Amino acid sequence: MERTIDRGTVVIGIDECKGCGLCVQACPPRVLRLSAQLNRHGYHPAEYTGSGCTACGICYYVCPEPGGVTVFRREAA
Amino acid sequence: MPDLAVVHGRSPSFYAVFDRKEDGDPGQTHYCPGCGHGILTKLLAEAIDALGIQDRTVLVSPVGCSVFGYEYLDVGNIQAAHGRAPAVATAVKRSRPDSIVISYQGDGDLAAIGTAEIIHAANRGEAITVIFVNNAIYGMTGGQMAPTTLVGERSTTTPWGRDPTVHGYPIRVCELLATLEAPVHIERVGLGSNRQIMAAARAVRRAIDNQVRGLGFSVVEVLSPCPTIWGLDPVEAQTFVRDTMPRTFPLGILRDRTATAVPRPPLPSPPDPAELPGILGLDGATAGTTGGRAGGPRHAGADHRIVAAGFGGQGVQVLGEVLAEAGLSAGYHVAWLPSYGPQMRSGTSNCHVRLCGGAVDSPLVSRPTALVALNQPSLRAFLPRMEPGTLVLFNADAVPPDGLPRGLRIGAVPATAIADRLGSPRAANMVMLGALLEATGMLAPGVVEATLQRMVTDPAWRDLDLAALRAGQRAARRALPATCLHRTAILGAPGPPGPGPRPS
Repeated sequence: MERTIDRGTVVIGIDECKGCGLCVQACPPRVLRLSAQLNRHGYHPAEYTGSGCTACGICYYVCPEPGGVTVFRREAA
Repeated sequence: MPDLAVVHGRSPSFYAVFDRKEDGDPGQTHYCPGCGHGILTKLLAEAIDALGIQDRTVLVSPVGCSVFGYEYLDVGNIQAAHGRAPAVATAVKRSRPDSIVISYQGDGDLAAIGTAEIIHAANRGEAITVIFVNNAIYGMTGGQMAPTTLVGERSTTTPWGRDPTVHGYPIRVCELLATLEAPVHIERVGLGSNRQIMAAARAVRRAIDNQVRGLGFSVVEVLSPCPTIWGLDPVEAQTFVRDTMPRTFPLGILRDRTATAVPRPPLPSPPDPAELPGILGLDGATAGTTGGRAGGPRHAGADHRIVAAGFGGQGVQVLGEVLAEAGLSAGYHVAWLPSYGPQMRSGTSNCHVRLCGGAVDSPLVSRPTALVALNQPSLRAFLPRMEPGTLVLFNADAVPPDGLPRGLRIGAVPATAIADRLGSPRAANMVMLGALLEATGMLAPGVVEATLQRMVTDPAWRDLDLAALRAGQRAARRALPATCLHRTAILGAPGPPGPGPRPS
């Protein structure tokens, strides 16, 4: 089966994240989850499952932290 | 990731580092997990970026959780007293018309203590943008009922739920403001879902763009989650905003006159501060009389502390004002502190005046060097506070024979009678001022006359006041006991080492 290339990817600012979970709930393709690890503030930060991001940016908008989420889009070849 | 580009990331309108407190993470806000303020601040930052206005934006922060707005957004920042953000924003916008002024307020700040400010700013149609964050609770102070708390909602002050028969109904601020003519854009949005957040982003951007276009007052109310105080997890709180709050606070545009609104003409620029003395008629007032800058060596060590007291209507305040103005002209540092009751006539009235060689440490006079009493009740009221050696000038034919503390330098000047002979008993205040000048020598009479020439615009009164002033000087020379005229006791005498103001 041919592997599809994701349109984008998302990077969570682990030490900015407070583990509120709004991005996990909001993500349309459901590709975010809360990590089992704790960050240095004692929160379970969000993490990207690693595939399926569409770069829609919803997670960026629902995140209350300025540096919590960065969304990248794959540029057209 | 060479083929990946950032499409949504940290806004350049945020400071690179949040230098907020010693133990705070420099990358995090102080907001709770899931707080609507964080989301909204990002929407603001994005709008500022999109409109290219970072270098001319001024954010006015409120009191409340968002008090620290200035620690996050790298724009001009002012933090206003509780509820006063629209008044502060008005001042900034009017004095700097090119700035983009955003008042950011919560519901406790805007809808309770600041109700008057927001209504009048909106009614004046100030060309500002107001972001009103409504989470229906006092968050920062621990969850008391706000004017916007929903019916039945529990808070620390409505532990059994808000009861309209006791606490009233939630105030719908947008509906209230929509009764006014001036606002051009009134909109309520929410942060309860992806869709609502994107609509909020558009509304915030539009409300700011209105100001960029020079239109009038815009306000966006943002229904916002407060998970911590509501006792809900962040997702539940978001759901509450989406499903429950709009039943009380319907979302939508309540006013949109942006298509027809005419851009407001800019107000004339305020005058250059250097021009103010000319505008106020003060240029030249001090020329030739100051002998240099205030507090120059001429008055080194001087500390004249005067209390003038009488009935309202006797001109006590004018006496004090003339004394202070003349002192200013003569190069003293001065203070004039009026104190009077609500009555325009016949109530008590007194003022504290200080003429100092150096900076005035307090406008209060707790240990006078001179008391000017225009009537007997004032004399009786203030005498107990007088220390030995204090000069006391009393408006009467004679000093009362009884009840005087020892060691005062007290003398009577029949000021009302003298003024009456000159034309009006209302000039008694100037007679007393003349006597005070003669007794103390604290000011050259010419300086006071020049001050009167400037302050009294009615020629008839000016002439009467000048005559009264001179008559007071003559009366002092003629009638005051020698101890009262012992000028060196006051002139140039340094005051006692600086005690703070004493409660009277």
